[in-house]
Amino acid sequence: MGWIGETVDSIRSIQIRQLLTQAVSLGMIVTSALIIWKALMCITGSESPVVVVLSGSMEPGFKRGDILFLHMSKDPIRAGEIVVFNIDGREIPIVHRVIKVHERQDTGEVDVLTKGDNNYGDDRLLYAHGQLWLQRHHIMGRAVGFLPYVGWVTIIMTEKPVIKYILIGALGLLVITSKD
Amino acid sequence: MHTFGYRANALLTLGVTILALMCAMASFSDNFNLPSPSAQVQVLNVNWFQKQRNGNDEVSLTLNISADLQSAFTWNTKQVFVFLAAEYETTQNALNQISLWDAIIPSKEHAKFSIHTTNKYRLTDQGSNLRGKEFNLTLHWHVMPKTGKMFADNIVMTGYHLPEDYR
Repeated sequence: MGWIGETVDSIRSIQIRQLLTQAVSLGMIVTSALIIWKALMCITGSESPVVVVLSGSMEPGFKRGDILFLHMSKDPIRAGEIVVFNIDGREIPIVHRVIKVHERQDTGEVDVLTKGDNNYGDDRLLYAHGQLWLQRHHIMGRAVGFLPYVGWVTIIMTEKPVIKYILIGALGLLVITSKD
Repeated sequence: MHTFGYRANALLTLGVTILALMCAMASFSDNFNLPSPSAQVQVLNVNWFQKQRNGNDEVSLTLNISADLQSAFTWNTKQVFVFLAAEYETTQNALNQISLWDAIIPSKEHAKFSIHTTNKYRLTDQGSNLRGKEFNLTLHWHVMPKTGKMFADNIVMTGYHLPEDYR
């Protein structure tokens, strides 16, 4: 009880000026995270520069919980590249490998077919009904880098929101009660 | 200043920093490896060659693929993904790339292989341009690391001339 009492006292004893400083430092943390994310978006040219692998369709190369760094340049898409794409009507983007490319002579538009390394067949069953090919606008980026396990943090937080709130609460309390 | 929280925080920060640094160094060390793989492919037979009901040409081939990709492996390599692609140009398309066969090589011991196979994925054209078509066979490999940057490269091999008639 003593610890809780002290904490409550320390919250009460906060002056306006101290409160403001803490609000500013908390704001700084949030904005700098946002700045880093937006800067990464500018550098990589992809709308989500980092993705977490959610399925086992690319095993044993990519397992659930690994993270991938994406890059989206003007370079044309070629067979063998691992791309992240969005299907109309599906919320979650898919990470699979390109196995067929047809690039138009006149317009330069591409038709792309993908497949997961661990899947038996190609992805036509995953595409929207009647869709045979992916176009450029479906593709969010190509994977250039890989880091294992780190994505488990976000998977756990999205699947068990309680842990997320406990973590945020604990961090918030830490910021409020720290005296420096 | 020296509470449990501060010490735990410092320890965690140091641990994460060292891990990140080690990952970066492992990935960077891959740059010193200059792989020099070799590969050969032979088209042994045209099993069938027809026009599908939707008007696209389709070919089935029997292939003999042999390659030595041992030099692509480093200590930071998890696996190498290897595939054989047919590449050709048509009046409609500036580039057609069709994967015919692929495999995952899990370790250096399996990186020298010779395989006799038919094409795993359909070799179909967008249209009917395959009669008498000359195409390149290219062996691509994609090095997937334990951590860090991925590498890819390819060898363009001798091409193949498809027959003038369906069979």
